Amino acid sequence: MTVALVLGGILAVACVVLVALPFLREPDPVSDELHALTAEERDRLRLAEERDRALAALKELEADHRAGRIDDDDYRASLGPLRREAAEALAALEAYGRHPGRQGRPTS
Amino acid sequence: MPELGRAALVITLGLSVYALVAGAAAATLGRRRLAHSARNALIGAFASTVVASVVLAVAFARDDFSLTYVADHSSRSLGGIYKLSAFWGGQEGSLLLWLLILTGYSALAVWLNRRRARDLVVWVVPVLAGICVGFSWLLVAVASPFAVQAAPLDGAGLNPSLQNPYMMSHPPFLYLGYVGLAVPFAFAMGALLSGRTDERWIVTTRRWTLLAWTALGIGQLLGAHWAYVEVGWGGYYAWDPVENAALMPFLAATAFLHSVMIQEKRGMLKVWNVVLVSLAFCLSLFGTFLTRSGVVNSIHSFTRSDIGPWFLAFIIVAVAFSTALILWRLPLLRSTTRLESLVSREAVFLYNNLLLVALCLTILWGVAWPILSEAVRGQSVVVGRPYYDFFLRIFGLPLLLLMGAGPLIAWRRASLRGLLRTFAWPGGIAVATGIVLLARGAGSSIPGLIAYTFSAFVLAAIALEFARGTRARRALSSESWPVAFASLIGRNRRRYGGYVVHAAVVLLAIGIAGSSAYDSVTEGRLAPGQSLAVADYRLTYEKLAERDTDHATEVRAQVAVVRAGKDLGTVEAGKNSYRIAGPEPQVSSEVGIRTNYATGEDLFVIAEQVNDDGSVYFRVFVKPLVNLIWLAGLVFLLGSVIALWPDAREERRLAVRYGEAGSPAPSR
Repeated sequence: MTVALVLGGILAVACVVLVALPFLREPDPVSDELHALTAEERDRLRLAEERDRALAALKELEADHRAGRIDDDDYRASLGPLRREAAEALAALEAYGRHPGRQGRPTS
Repeated sequence: MPELGRAALVITLGLSVYALVAGAAAATLGRRRLAHSARNALIGAFASTVVASVVLAVAFARDDFSLTYVADHSSRSLGGIYKLSAFWGGQEGSLLLWLLILTGYSALAVWLNRRRARDLVVWVVPVLAGICVGFSWLLVAVASPFAVQAAPLDGAGLNPSLQNPYMMSHPPFLYLGYVGLAVPFAFAMGALLSGRTDERWIVTTRRWTLLAWTALGIGQLLGAHWAYVEVGWGGYYAWDPVENAALMPFLAATAFLHSVMIQEKRGMLKVWNVVLVSLAFCLSLFGTFLTRSGVVNSIHSFTRSDIGPWFLAFIIVAVAFSTALILWRLPLLRSTTRLESLVSREAVFLYNNLLLVALCLTILWGVAWPILSEAVRGQSVVVGRPYYDFFLRIFGLPLLLLMGAGPLIAWRRASLRGLLRTFAWPGGIAVATGIVLLARGAGSSIPGLIAYTFSAFVLAAIALEFARGTRARRALSSESWPVAFASLIGRNRRRYGGYVVHAAVVLLAIGIAGSSAYDSVTEGRLAPGQSLAVADYRLTYEKLAERDTDHATEVRAQVAVVRAGKDLGTVEAGKNSYRIAGPEPQVSSEVGIRTNYATGEDLFVIAEQVNDDGSVYFRVFVKPLVNLIWLAGLVFLLGSVIALWPDAREERRLAVRYGEAGSPAPSR
């Protein structure tokens, strides 16, 4: 019983220290604010996702074409729009790179 | 030391409540240190649950029967390894295992993503903590494994049917699956709460979902194998409500794993994905409720207990919370793209999703209807095998076909000419297989014939995908065939791991069709020296043997087996009578199985009744291809491991994406 109480006490104290650790480490922080994504960061994230999606689709299209799943006509018909999507996302991201803080193109 | 166990569980509850309240406050107010403190509380909850679990495990190892739970589920003569499985052999211990896995998963998920998905994790912490509060409350206030009593000299022992290696590993795997679904659910809810409805929560939890899904699948197969070799009724799946309870979240998670690919590839189905992940998690809670509340009679369920209403309340809260959040965030979940064609890879994924969810909801209705009927009308109704078999065929066979068709169809749109070219080989092989099987008599079961034909189609499509991919890889890199093959899989682990899983599903389908649509069965009472015939086997009952072991009296009927004139030796089937505390010994049926490893067929002998005059009532099955079901488990595991294996190129790509967006990349 006594051993159990002592061990239970040690466990409780250890947990309290663990929970209090962020406050013990930084009793007086410069900033206690959580970083939340800004509107610009959200827009850049959306554009990065669109770019990655278009690039992945281009890669898939190439693979499908090479493997014979789609013929030349379908390949050519799909290639243009996908390249355009990737190029638009890349251009918008680059514009952010050149002008940080500027809003990208609106959400479609 | 039951006091330490109880104290540890109280600490877990306290830490979980703190993580819930402080985590929600920190996320709402944007307080960094408070968010870290809440995260640490969740990690501390895992540590204290480990302490509680160690206390219980030590009590089992030391035969401490002053703990009621230990006395009820163990005995001095119980084998060492089964003392470990006795931990989860009853209600309270299995709930503690649930909590241990839940807090472990939670601690790991928030720790691994503490920097990479910081903004999401602050909202994930209170969601996971809320689930931990529910389970730790049950263990502290309703079903404690640390209740004490005056210690009896010996315990009641573990149910003999649970003393089986498959049953030992079946519950932990199921819990790894059930509980694992809490992580993608929490991240999905975190994404909705934070308004981060981009793909981040999906890429962060991709591996968690796959891990939980794999564990759930393996757990079900282990349970099926246990039922096959131990329960002794001649089957492996009885559409029992508790078995169905594990199948439903598995089906919902399967649909989710497919539909997230559409969101990743096309930016579609955002609402559908959060609905599916919520459905999968709520169904895992429902499954736990079914097993533990005693509302259904099942071989798997625990006795009627007090936790039912608590669990029901928990499910209602989870459903209401997730539904409200989804409705609130609907404007953020609008898709940016539309389905371009009804004949495209994403359309096939969508059909696959609809069929999986339809099958899942059909099973849910079959499980819920008897409960509702009894609750509302006071009448007990049974939804039996024909209902489930019917819907399995209606939804399962098209699903099998789509599994082969999907990889052959291009994303976005496919032309008729392209379809004809890609479907020619697999379609031709499937038709030829169907004709050959029909000629060999497989037409005795139309669903069986269709299942075999579709299986041939899927296997041919998978083989063709590997062959085309390897050839294309060789053309690009001039690698040797084996190197190109390995490199193909290494560069597309999810895709080709997925194909291996599809091959496992085909093996499963062939095994189920073979053993259920083309099996043979006969039964009869035999005296020593008498024979019976089944399919092309002749079985002769030779004699009855009885032997005593430390735990039981074993009676075995020895049966000589001859097939097509060839002596195959003997099989033994009988009964074990376990000496355990109580007025009556517990009797288990011990079946005799003779496996033909070349054909995957089993001869399955049950000694239904052993009579005083030495005669035995036998029931004998011949189950063609049944062993493909167990082989499917191994292939399923292989495919899952391939898909789960980390991909450094993918990690780098995500690092670039999230680095550009001003936040670090998530771990998956």
